[in-house]
Amino acid sequence: MEAFQLLLSGLSQGCVYGLIALGFVLIYKATEMLNFAQGDMMMLGAFVAFTLVNLLGLSFFVGFFLTLVVMVGFGMALERTVIRPMIGEPPFAVLMLTIGLGFILRAVAGAVWGSETETLDVPFAGNVLEVGGVVLGYENLVVIAGTALLCVALWAFFRYSRIGIAMQAASQNQLAAYYSGVPVKRVTSLVWGISAAISATAGILVAPVMLIDPMMGFLGIKAFAAAIVGGLGSLPGAIVGGLIIGVAEQFVGLYLPPGLGEVSAFVILLVMLMVRPQGIFASMQQKKV
Amino acid sequence: MRFVLTTHYGQDVNLFRHNGQRFWYALLAVGAVAAPLFLNAFYVGELVLVFIWAVAGIGLMLLVGYTGLVSLGHAAFLAIGAYCHAVLLGYGVPFALSAPIAVAFTALVGALVGIPALRMTGVYLAIATLAFERIVAYVIEHWEPVTGGLRGMSVPQPEFFGLSLADSYVLYYFSLGVLAAGLFAAANLLRSPMGRAFIAVRDSEISAESMGVHLARTKTTAFAVSAAFTGLAGVLLAHRIGYLAPDAFTVQTSIQLLLLVVVGGLGSLHGVVFGAIFVGYLPQVIALARDVLPSAVGQIPGLELGVFGAILVLFLVFEPLGLYGRWLKIRSWLSQFPLYRKATHKRQKSYLRTERVH
Repeated sequence: MEAFQLLLSGLSQGCVYGLIALGFVLIYKATEMLNFAQGDMMMLGAFVAFTLVNLLGLSFFVGFFLTLVVMVGFGMALERTVIRPMIGEPPFAVLMLTIGLGFILRAVAGAVWGSETETLDVPFAGNVLEVGGVVLGYENLVVIAGTALLCVALWAFFRYSRIGIAMQAASQNQLAAYYSGVPVKRVTSLVWGISAAISATAGILVAPVMLIDPMMGFLGIKAFAAAIVGGLGSLPGAIVGGLIIGVAEQFVGLYLPPGLGEVSAFVILLVMLMVRPQGIFASMQQKKV
Repeated sequence: MRFVLTTHYGQDVNLFRHNGQRFWYALLAVGAVAAPLFLNAFYVGELVLVFIWAVAGIGLMLLVGYTGLVSLGHAAFLAIGAYCHAVLLGYGVPFALSAPIAVAFTALVGALVGIPALRMTGVYLAIATLAFERIVAYVIEHWEPVTGGLRGMSVPQPEFFGLSLADSYVLYYFSLGVLAAGLFAAANLLRSPMGRAFIAVRDSEISAESMGVHLARTKTTAFAVSAAFTGLAGVLLAHRIGYLAPDAFTVQTSIQLLLLVVVGGLGSLHGVVFGAIFVGYLPQVIALARDVLPSAVGQIPGLELGVFGAILVLFLVFEPLGLYGRWLKIRSWLSQFPLYRKATHKRQKSYLRTERVH
């Protein structure tokens, strides 16, 4: 029974890692840029939701959708102002740029909302579901259900919608997509917007489980590990990698010496890089001539 | 403007291109040696810190600026060098032996960390080093019998001929010597075939490989050399701060090192020194600014890191060649006045170059 509860909380934590990793992979696939500010975008999304729901008193669902809209706008604005001038610069320049952006976002959040931890008012907080002697927190169930729902929506978006297919084309070959009439710049902008919105969803889903504060973006580091374990560039891989790391963390934390749970994600990552560096769902290799 | 007439091939790889450069570097050396005579102990101590940043910066510059690999975990190598040295000194190993062992050990660890990431692109290396840094921090915090855990450990200060490294003037000359030797070694490395291979790998892995550069070996060497320099800086840092605790080596330290190489100017050893001065004095400037600014702004948590981030972003967007690149522009403006043309230093516009297939 204990193992089952651990599994459940591990899965819900893993879903959050998976969602952040999803945003990260989406940007990497489309633009070959690594966004190290992904975790901080999650933090920003959580704070925006906190402002709308707690401070302005909107209902949770209205606040949730408004947050998504705000974050899509934020992601697109970020791409337009800071990221687009960096096209053609070496990859590590973009990487360091996003690290810098992460620090700025953290400082800004600290200035606007303060460094105390906050609690988002959610309708489902605190309730538990008892099934056959197992106590399941609603928060955890909502995280898992929300992630599943979002994944289905994203899958449908990329499979059926016109713009989703254009995004796939642009991520496979920018030049060819451009020749076929795909507005690559606008698509890239939108990818950043969607990625920011996915991170914000992760932030809102995780808010009842772990409190909101400007430092919660450090969760993103584990999400990068998840993205690589799953196979960088694979969307299902990001979720699976997140789940593996989330579950492993819970079990290691309980059965092995204290503190080891915190680093288990990184150990898994390094082992994975040694054994199978392309990840579980290998989707791309290095170019060979 | 000075035109150097090339009369033999050796001139292409000379460390100094003409006598004017020799004169200015000699003057700088004299100034650095004489500086402690005019400064009080506090400023000498601050300069020691700048030298230590510079030694670590050489390491990261070789990796990021010359080989094009990013490490987000160089604080770990700093920590390994410092702790290894301090622990060995604690066992009574003489300084002359423990410092080289600490450096060699750091290089070995660097090579080992590099290996798993070498089979994939630099992206993996960045995240792997970040993970490595967290693991090293965990080991240092929990291996109490050796590292003292969260309480930290004090560093034994050995004496030679009645001089102790705890004295900031002695440490000043020692670290100045280490920095000069380090810069000389790095400059030499960069004009050797291995150094040229680093640059080739940075510019294009595919073309480097097709020119006969052994990719994995080159990258591992770059990583090991980089770790060795950073470990050496760790040895110096152990003597500078005198007491090692895990909070001296955090992600923030790694980011400060990255800031150093970016702000100084990627791909130049001059940039290391400029960047070290910048990173060494920036916290003090921010501390001063905190007192001046209204308390609402000055008391923002994470303000320092936010300023770091903002500077990093501004440099990357507006002056990717860093302070050294800016100095080159100023110098050519002066030497070509009034005929300077802005287009001389215009950045070539390039497009997404992919190194992957689907």
